[in-house]
Amino acid sequence: MARAELMDFDEALELFEPVIGLEVHVELNTRTKMFSAAPNPANSEFHGAEPNTLVAPVDLGLPGSLPVVNGEAVRNSISLGLALGCGIAESCRFARKNYFYPDLAKNYQISQYDEPIAFEGSVEVELENGRVFQVPIERAHMEEDAGKLTHVGGSTGRIHGAEYSLVDYNRAGVPLVEIVTRPIFGGEADAPALARAYVSTIRDIVISLGISEARMERGNLRCDANVSLRPRAAAGEPAEPLGTRTETKNVNSFRSIERAVRHEIQRQAAILAKGGTITQETRHWHEDTGTTSPGRPKSDADDYRYFPEPDLLPVVPSRELVEELRAALPEPPAARRRRLKTEWGFTDLEFLDVLNGGLLVEVAETVAAGASPAAARKWWTGELTRLANARDTDAASLVTPAEVAELAALVEAGTLTDRLARQVLEGVAAGEGSPKQVVDARRLAVVSDDGALVAAIDEALASQPDVLAKIRDGKVQAAGAVIGAVMKAMQGKADAARVRELVLERAAGADAGA
Amino acid sequence: MSEHLVRLTAAELGERLASGDVSSVEATRAHLDRIAAVDGAVHAFLHVDGERALETAAAVDRRRTAGESLGPLAGVPIAIKDVLVTEGMPSTAGSRILEGWVPPYDATPVRKVREAGMIPLGKTNMDEFAMGSSTEHSAYGPTYNPWDLERIPGGSGGGSAASVAAFEAPLALGSDTGGSIRQPAHVTGTVGVKPTYGAVSRYGSIALASSLDQVGPVTRTVLDAALLQDVIAGHDPLDSTSIPEAWPSMAEAVRRADVAGLRIGVVKQLDSDGFQAGVRSRFHEALELLERNGAEIVEVSAPHFEYSIAAYYLILPAEASSNLAKFDSVRFGLRVTPEGGGTVEQVMGATREAGFGPEVKRRIILGTYALSAGYYDAYYGSAQKVRTLVQRDFDAAFAKVDVLATPTAPTTAFKLGEKLDDPLAMYLNDVATIPANLAGVPGISVPVGLAPEDGLPVGIQFLAPAREDARLYNVGAALERLLVEQWGGPLLDRAPDLSSHEMAAAEEGVV
Repeated sequence: MARAELMDFDEALELFEPVIGLEVHVELNTRTKMFSAAPNPANSEFHGAEPNTLVAPVDLGLPGSLPVVNGEAVRNSISLGLALGCGIAESCRFARKNYFYPDLAKNYQISQYDEPIAFEGSVEVELENGRVFQVPIERAHMEEDAGKLTHVGGSTGRIHGAEYSLVDYNRAGVPLVEIVTRPIFGGEADAPALARAYVSTIRDIVISLGISEARMERGNLRCDANVSLRPRAAAGEPAEPLGTRTETKNVNSFRSIERAVRHEIQRQAAILAKGGTITQETRHWHEDTGTTSPGRPKSDADDYRYFPEPDLLPVVPSRELVEELRAALPEPPAARRRRLKTEWGFTDLEFLDVLNGGLLVEVAETVAAGASPAAARKWWTGELTRLANARDTDAASLVTPAEVAELAALVEAGTLTDRLARQVLEGVAAGEGSPKQVVDARRLAVVSDDGALVAAIDEALASQPDVLAKIRDGKVQAAGAVIGAVMKAMQGKADAARVRELVLERAAGADAGA
Repeated sequence: MSEHLVRLTAAELGERLASGDVSSVEATRAHLDRIAAVDGAVHAFLHVDGERALETAAAVDRRRTAGESLGPLAGVPIAIKDVLVTEGMPSTAGSRILEGWVPPYDATPVRKVREAGMIPLGKTNMDEFAMGSSTEHSAYGPTYNPWDLERIPGGSGGGSAASVAAFEAPLALGSDTGGSIRQPAHVTGTVGVKPTYGAVSRYGSIALASSLDQVGPVTRTVLDAALLQDVIAGHDPLDSTSIPEAWPSMAEAVRRADVAGLRIGVVKQLDSDGFQAGVRSRFHEALELLERNGAEIVEVSAPHFEYSIAAYYLILPAEASSNLAKFDSVRFGLRVTPEGGGTVEQVMGATREAGFGPEVKRRIILGTYALSAGYYDAYYGSAQKVRTLVQRDFDAAFAKVDVLATPTAPTTAFKLGEKLDDPLAMYLNDVATIPANLAGVPGISVPVGLAPEDGLPVGIQFLAPAREDARLYNVGAALERLLVEQWGGPLLDRAPDLSSHEMAAAEEGVV
C-alpha cells in the first residue's frame, strides 16, 4: 500500500477548517449483560474469562431465546445522559440493526435508532493549554456489544487473507452506551488535542459515575473519529458546506486519538489541495505507523433495515427516577478539578503532575483522610509512582489513600523521617499491614531518646578526634561526618536535625570539659 | 384397553390417573402404540421419544404412589409442536437448516408442561418455521388429515392438530402467528386456542414474527384446552412481552359455561360469499343454537379487517427476515461448505440456500425488501398503521358485544398440492384468523359439524378482548355441550377409522 501523501499541518490549517465528530462507545460494568443474565466481562470481576464461558442462549442467538433489558444498565445510561447535560426520553424503544457478521450472533444488533435514551447535551472540555470548549452532544443510546473475532493465519490479522477465524461470544451482549457528538467547529489547530481531551473528559465522567472500568486498553472505552475539511471562506462570504468525512475506527488510546485526527487532517488536505475528492469511508488506524488505511466504503445509504425490536417493550423511565438519578450525580469533573486546584493551592505544574499521573481521586481521598494536600501529592506522584512503575501496576493498587494519610501523619509527628517513610510504604505495598504495623514490625520509628543518641555521638566524636578539632575550630560543616556515622549507627532511625543539634552541643561540651 | 385409553380426553385420563385405576406408564404406552400404528399414514410426528416418555411416566407414577399431590393433567401424555425447543430432544421447526440440532434448554411452555407432570411424547410436524397453512411446507414431508388422508391437516400446526385428531395424543402444544392453531383445528374437527398475546411465554418458541406469535393449546375438547392453558399461561421474566398480571382459571370458566345474555357479534365482513357454503351453513346453525340458548346475536362491522392480510404479509416477513438471520451455520444447525471451501459469507450463503425451503426464502426476500431504506414507510410503516386500525375495529366492536364470531377459515380441508403453487390462495386461508394476531386478542376454534357437501369438519371462531380469554372458554364450552348433546357424541367419533392404515403401516414397517 502506497503511503498517503501528507500536507504540513500548519499549511493544512491555513487552507482548510477541520470539523470533527466523535463517537465514543462506553462498556458499562454492570454485573450481567445488556439482555441476558450471563456475567459481564466488562465488569472487572469477570474480566479475562476463558472464551465462550460467559454466555447465555441469548448471547449465542440460540433459536427461541429472547432478550430482557438490564434495568441497572438503563439507570446507568440515564445517569450518563444526565452527566452529559442531555434530556432523557420519556419513552424510547430499542431497534434491530440488521447485518450479517460472524461476531454478531443473531445477525442483528439490538440498538437504539430514532429513539435514543438521551439527547441534546453539552460537555465542557478543557485542553492542556487552558482553552475551554463546549462540545455539543447529539445523543447517547444503549446497545449491545458484538463478540470478538481472532483471525488466524495471513499477515494482516484481518479477516481477508486469514486461514480461519475464531469467535469468542463473551463480549456479545456487553452493555454499551454510544455517545455521539454533533460536528465540532472551531477546534482549528487544537482539533486533535480537543478530540483527545474530549475522550479523556468522557472517561473522567464515567469513572466519577462508577459505571465503567473505563480502561481503553481493554476496550472499555472506544473512539471513532470523524474528520472532514472545508475550504476557508473568503472574508464576508458565507461558510462553505461541510466536506466529505472519513470515520477512523477504534482509536484506542488518548495519544492515538490526537495522532489519528492530525493524520487525517494532513492526509485529506493533501488530497483536496491537489483537486482530489475525499471518499466517504471508514478507515483503520495503525498504531505502529501512525497512519490510517481505507476500510470499507460507507455511505449514508448503508441499509441496516432498522425496525423497532418486537421482543422488547419500550423503556419508559419515570420522571421520579430521572430526578433521583440527577440528584445523585457527582460534581462534573471539570468543575471538580477547578475547585480542588484552588482548594489545594497547587501550581499549574503541580496539578498537572497529579492529573497526568491519573492520581486526582487518590490525592483527593488522601486529603479527605486528613493529610495535607502537599504531602498527599508528594507521596502519590513520588515514591508511590516509582514503586508502581517498578512493579508495572497502578499506584492505587499498592496502598489505600487512608494508609497514605496515616503515613503522612507519622512523618508530620516526627515518628518517621522521609527515608523511613519510604521503607514503610514498601512494607505496606508488600502487604505487611498498615503503616503503624509496618513501623512496629520493622522497628522503623525514629529514635527520639536523646540518651541513646548522645551515647552514639560521644562514641563517634571519640573515634574521630580530628573532626572534633575542626568543629571546635568553628568548621561546623565538619559535623556532617559525625552525623553520618551516628545515623548509620542508628540504622537511619534518627531525626538528622536533632542529631546535628546534639553533635554541636556535645562538641562544645567536650571542649568545656577538656 | 389400549384403544380405549387413547380415546379418553385429557381431563378424563387425568381423573383415571388420579383415581389410580390407570397408570401413566399404561397411558403413555397406549399412545406410543397408537403412534406406531397410525403415524405412518398420518405423519403427525417428526420425532418420538418413547423411552424418555415412559421413564417420565414411571417417575410421575412413583410420585403419585408416594402420595404426592399432583395437578389435573399429571401423567397425561402431550405432543409438542416442533417450533418449541426441547432440552435433549431435536427441535427443527420443520426446517432442514436445524436438522439434528438438540437444544440445551426447554421453552418455558415445555418446562411448565413438564412441571405439571405431563409426558412429552415427541415433536409434531409443521410448515417450515410456521410459514404455511397446510404443513406441506415442512422440509420433512407433509402431514395428512386423519379425516381424509388426501387432504391437508391445516397449518402451520398440522402435526399437532392431526396427532390429537388421530388419537395419537390427548392434547398438544401449538403456536399461532396468523391462525396456525385455529385453522388446523377447523379442518381436523379439534379445538384450538390462540391466547391473548403475552399470556403464554414465547421464550423457547422459535420466532417467526415476534409481535404476532403466541403459543396455545390444541385439544379435542374445550375443557382440555382450558386445563392446558391454565398450565402454560402466566408471566415469564424471560419474555419481556409476557403479561405480568395473574390469570383466572380457564377450566373454571368452562365448568360454569353459560351463554344466557351473552352478546355475540357476527363480523359482517367475514360472513360473505367468499366462504364455502357448508362452512357458512354450519356457522349459522351454531349461532342459532346459541341464540336459542339465550345468547344475543348482533351484526357488527370491522371495516379494516379486509386490509389485514396485506398488512400481515408485510409485518410477518419483515420480522421473520430478521428473526431467521441467526440461521447462518456459525453456531448451530446445518453447515454447507461450497466446493473447495469458502469465506464465512460464502458458507453462510450456501447453508441458507440449501437449508431454507422456497416459502421461507420467499418471505425473507419479501421482508428484507419491506424494511429497506426508501420502502420502510410505504410498506412496514403503512402496515403498522393498518394494524392500529384493525385494533380500533376490535375496540369499537367490543364496545357493543362480549365476543365476536366468524367461521374459522373459508373452506374445509383442501387437497394436498391444491394450493401449493398459488401462494396467494394459500395466504387467503387465514383471512378470518389473522386480525386476532394483529390486534393481540385471543381466539378459539370449536368444531361445529361437517360440511354437507364434502363431509369434512368445520369450525367456528370466537374472539374476545385482550385478557378476556375466559369469555372464549365460556362460549366455546357452552356451544360444545349443546352440539355434543345434539350429535349424541363428539364429532371425532365420526372420523374414519384409521385401523385399515394400521395394517398398512404395520406391513410397511413405518415409524
